[in-house]
Amino acid sequence: MSKPGSELHDPGTTTREREFEHVEPPIGWDGRTLQEMLDESEQRLEETGRYQGLDELEFKAEQPFKYEQMYSRLRGALVSARETALHVSASPIVREIGELCFQIYTPEGDSVAVSTGIIVHVHTGSLAIKYMIEEGYETNRGIQPGDVFCNNDNDLGNVHTTDVHTFVPIFYDGELVAWADGVTHEIDIGGMTRGHDQIASTNRHEDGLYATCEKIGEDDKLYQDWRDRGQRGVRTPMYWDLDEKCRLAGCHMIREAIHEMIDEVGVELFKDFLYEAVEEGRQIMESRVQERLFPGTYREASFLPIQWADKAWQPGAQQNMMNHLPVEITVDGEGGVELDMEGATPPGPHPFNCAEGSMAGALWVSLTQCLLHDGKVNDGAHYAVDTNYPEGTVVNPQDPELSYHSPWGTIFPTYQGVWKCISRGFFSRGFREEVVTGYGEPSDAIQGGGKLMDSLAEAIPDALGDYFPVGSFDFSCQGLGASACRDGLDYGYAMFNPEADLGDVEEWEQTQWGLIQLGRKVKPNTAGHGKYRGGSGWEGLYTVMGSEDTSLYCVSLPNVAWCTSGMSGGYPHGTGYSVRAHDTDLARRTVTDEPYSIGDDRPGEHQFEQNIEAEELIRDQDPMFFPEEFENYDMLHYKTSGGPGWGDPLERPSEKLKADIEEDVFTPDIVEEVYGVVGDYDAENRDFTIDEEATAERRAEIREERAERTQSFEEFFEEEQARVKQSDWNDGVQWMYEGVFDLSEEWADEFRGFWDLGDGYSP
Amino acid sequence: MTDLDQARVESLIDGELSWDELRNEVLPDPKDPDRFQKTREVLQERVDWDDPILVPLNDHLFVVGTDDGRVIRADCGTDLCDAGENWKRSCEVFVREEDEEFEELYEEYMHVDPDWAFELREWYCPECYQLLDVDAVPVGYPVLKPFEPDIDTFYEEWQGRPAPDREGEQAAD
Repeated sequence: MSKPGSELHDPGTTTREREFEHVEPPIGWDGRTLQEMLDESEQRLEETGRYQGLDELEFKAEQPFKYEQMYSRLRGALVSARETALHVSASPIVREIGELCFQIYTPEGDSVAVSTGIIVHVHTGSLAIKYMIEEGYETNRGIQPGDVFCNNDNDLGNVHTTDVHTFVPIFYDGELVAWADGVTHEIDIGGMTRGHDQIASTNRHEDGLYATCEKIGEDDKLYQDWRDRGQRGVRTPMYWDLDEKCRLAGCHMIREAIHEMIDEVGVELFKDFLYEAVEEGRQIMESRVQERLFPGTYREASFLPIQWADKAWQPGAQQNMMNHLPVEITVDGEGGVELDMEGATPPGPHPFNCAEGSMAGALWVSLTQCLLHDGKVNDGAHYAVDTNYPEGTVVNPQDPELSYHSPWGTIFPTYQGVWKCISRGFFSRGFREEVVTGYGEPSDAIQGGGKLMDSLAEAIPDALGDYFPVGSFDFSCQGLGASACRDGLDYGYAMFNPEADLGDVEEWEQTQWGLIQLGRKVKPNTAGHGKYRGGSGWEGLYTVMGSEDTSLYCVSLPNVAWCTSGMSGGYPHGTGYSVRAHDTDLARRTVTDEPYSIGDDRPGEHQFEQNIEAEELIRDQDPMFFPEEFENYDMLHYKTSGGPGWGDPLERPSEKLKADIEEDVFTPDIVEEVYGVVGDYDAENRDFTIDEEATAERRAEIREERAERTQSFEEFFEEEQARVKQSDWNDGVQWMYEGVFDLSEEWADEFRGFWDLGDGYSP
Repeated sequence: MTDLDQARVESLIDGELSWDELRNEVLPDPKDPDRFQKTREVLQERVDWDDPILVPLNDHLFVVGTDDGRVIRADCGTDLCDAGENWKRSCEVFVREEDEEFEELYEEYMHVDPDWAFELREWYCPECYQLLDVDAVPVGYPVLKPFEPDIDTFYEEWQGRPAPDREGEQAAD
């Protein structure tokens, strides 16, 4: 697709076939080094509050159509690269679910535009590029046309270890004009256990393969030693290889598109455009805040319980811990936003430690869904938000030794708080349609892997070796939280990727050859109660067949306590639990045509056990479990999360509850207890008849019960204060309070002041 | 631009709009710039008192201007506290911590593990027992003040006029 006449393009050849000329530093604009460009950019921002100190968007003002055309063309090139490149991949995570994205950066590493997909990476690649600049790659390592760099080190700019970035510098006439970045989510990255979000690793050395802003190729070709390292360092080398080719192909498509654009408009206009686009992103964020929110201070707190005293493998991790994830958002009179997490817990011997870049990326994937869903999404908006992720805490450990394999365990609860704060602003301004109480946290992420028995491997002509990974992404369809004017979305939402997609069972079974899906259905009573209920989750059931050496584990939130609540009287969604059965009679039942379990609607009634017998059956209130061996015909139940609710449940119209019962969202007993709606349910015909008189009586009863059961704040305060003085809580909560008191004198003082404890109090 | 008339704003507040109406007529950007004022007017018409609503906080709570200063008032007319205070301190509260209490709301196994000291705190209006908020927190967690609106900055700098309870004061100046 070379443009005739271009100095950079030989007619009849492609960029990939060209030999690149050596370029001497400095490679920045107008004879400057990249470090000089970065320093000047940061100084201008600090002095003026505007990106590159731009007072006005001159190009946009003078040639608005051309400006918008360039932005659309750039974004189109990113989306086009993504849509084309994903077909290079063989991994269903990338090809089927679309867990990849591409972005374009300024030479200083500021994101200008991002494709569709996992847009959580709008800022993560930025940090990696800035790291390379500040470490002197321009002169020490060399940044040349045709070079390829890779990073998945969270501490330098990434979300979690299995997100892998490929960076390609884009040159024009000897200057670095931009960077292209492609990122895919790998199904395996090596590490101490199988899977893409490990829970067993407690430090970096157990996390698997790390690429630390490495140069991995030149002249558009990957180094042989890098390719060998990837092939030998992960459990799924074919997926690794094809995903890497996918990222590289996309980056090269983007480079071609930018060369064509520069050939057309000239390099100077292109440079003006890049800077103005970032500043416009900053301005859009400020104006959107003034349009949608209310100035003031918003507060929320979320939690992540980790119940590992009896579960973790390493001695240091065998304890109960609770992460404290407080969020205070201040909106000032100019539309500026400050996000402060003072009081967050320390990092720990777990993989949920979250680097600052991961938090920044997650802020982006949140804001682009709740506040900026139609604006230009780039680092301009990043510069419009001041963040405080306190150093030394779980949200910014500043310690590369830690495990960062699954920071989502910290990210998901934290941004529940952010969404709720933003939603309070929407509500106060009258934009009830934009309110979202939060989301179902992605659970249960069943992961692991196994090997096919020889006879089965031979019977499957397309089987790719005998190892099969387990890491399906059907958990990307959880329930979305309620709004202030409607129910949440049922089983169709993922916080981490706005393009939520279950994928096809058959597609996953072609990867997870030894793990067969026995059933999928709506999971009753997962949705958070409210006048508007949260979206419902769903459940599934796996069995292991034709395999050996299979181990599976589960990451699940919320697990043994809620991470968040609802809003305006709405309740949190149900927590998870685990059921797994070893040495079952499933094989006999299939031969004798006896019924076997395909679900577990009512865990309290042990429905799963009613149609299966097993030598060992584990039913645990904690859904998170470490890798465990599974034999053929062993069974594993899993479920997704519902979303939180909005408003007092007694205000929910009974007709909506009739539909909830008939669609298996809630069961009649729960509806009667929580909502006061009474009636008869004909389950066979899915027909619920409301008893209006009994309903009126029950609702009146519930109101009376409220008056009888409640206590005054003073009584509550006195009882709770006594418990605080006695540290009357479990060891996980003790771990939380102790850790926060050690890290934040400010938060400790607030705590002491609230409970009137005096200066000497410590938990 | 979305431009909802008063009747549509009422329907929005009442949750009566279908998904198609929300998707096609209410959600698209840019938003109607006077939505705040329209909403405030609808809410004001629905309460039995004349003191001006300054900010809606949730379905049943408002910051209201009175002759004695700004207060947080429930729609039943009960004043909970001054606007600067944490309104939860004026509520009746029910704390769920035991299995039996959780299982009035959730399936067995699908709520807090009894080994964890974790609570659902339900905050009720002390007069009408409307459920105003639910917190999910560990034992001993302070009661957060969820929102401190900067009312005068909003009205004066963002809306270009004094807050409704300060209009008389400004005119006198």
